[in-house]
Amino acid sequence: MKNNCSENALMRKITEVSFAMDELRLFLDTHPDCTAALADFSSRMEQRAELIAEYTEKYGSLDSYYPSTNGGWDWNNGPMPWKKEARA
Amino acid sequence: MWGYEKRLQYPVNIKNPDARAAKIIISQYGGPDGELGASLRYLSQRFAMPDDRVAGLLTDIGTEELAHLEIIGAMLYQLTSKLSVDEIKREGFDTYFVDHTLGVYPQAASGVPYTAAFMQSKGDPIADLVEDMAAEQKARVTYDNILNLVDDPDIIDPIRYLREREIVHFQRFGEALGMVRDGLDSKNFYAYNPAFRRK
Repeated sequence: MKNNCSENALMRKITEVSFAMDELRLFLDTHPDCTAALADFSSRMEQRAELIAEYTEKYGSLDSYYPSTNGGWDWNNGPMPWKKEARA
Repeated sequence: MWGYEKRLQYPVNIKNPDARAAKIIISQYGGPDGELGASLRYLSQRFAMPDDRVAGLLTDIGTEELAHLEIIGAMLYQLTSKLSVDEIKREGFDTYFVDHTLGVYPQAASGVPYTAAFMQSKGDPIADLVEDMAAEQKARVTYDNILNLVDDPDIIDPIRYLREREIVHFQRFGEALGMVRDGLDSKNFYAYNPAFRRK
C-alpha cells in the first residue's frame, strides 16, 4: 500500500477529467456543432492523456490496450476497482 | 468493440457492511429499472435505429450504463464482503446467501432474477426512444426510493451521482427523439415506423 495517498489523488484527478469527458460526449452526440463543448472536450482529452500516462508509469496499466511502460504485463495485477485498496 | 479501463466511473468507498442496504440496492443491479436492463435495452435498440447520430448516442449511454452496473456491483461487494454469519441471519440476508453466498447476482430486491421481459426493443425509433425516456425516469424514482431508505453517507453519495445521471440521460434521449422526428419523411403524417416501411 505504498504511495497510496498520492495514487488515490492521481486517480481522483483521472476520475474527474474522465467524467467531464463522459458528460461532454453525450452532449456532443446531440449538439455536434457546439464549438465551446468541442473545445472543452479537446482540452480535457489532453489533460486526461497526461494523467493516464503518469498513472501508468507510476502505478501500472489501467487498460490492456496500453500496457505498462516497464515492459511487463500488469493491468490485471493489483486490486480491481471495487476493492477498497484501489479506490480514489 | 469495447475496452475496459480499470477504474470506477465514480468512487465507491463504503466502510460499514450493511446487508439490509444491499438487499435494496441490488434492484439497481438486476431489477426492473436497473442498470443491466438499461444497458441491454440501449445496446440492443441501436441496431434498428436509422439515424446514425442517435445510434451513437444509444451506444454511448448503453456503455455508461455498464459503468453504472459496475458501480452498483462495487457497492454490493463492499456492503456484503465483510458480513458475519450472525449479521447475515439477523439482517435477513440468509435467503440470498443460501443461493449465492456473497456473489453478486442480477436480481430485483424482491428476489425476481433479471429477465429481458423488463425491457423492450421494438424496432421503432419513436417507440424505443419514448421507452428510453420513461426508463430513465423509472430508474430515477428507484434511486429516490433508495435515498428514502438509507442513512449511510457512504451509500448516499454514489446513489445521488447515479440518480443525477438518469436525469442527464433523459434530457439527451428527449433531444434524440426530436432529431428522429425532424428526420421523418414529410409525407409520414402519422409517424409510422421509419425503420420499417412496407412497399
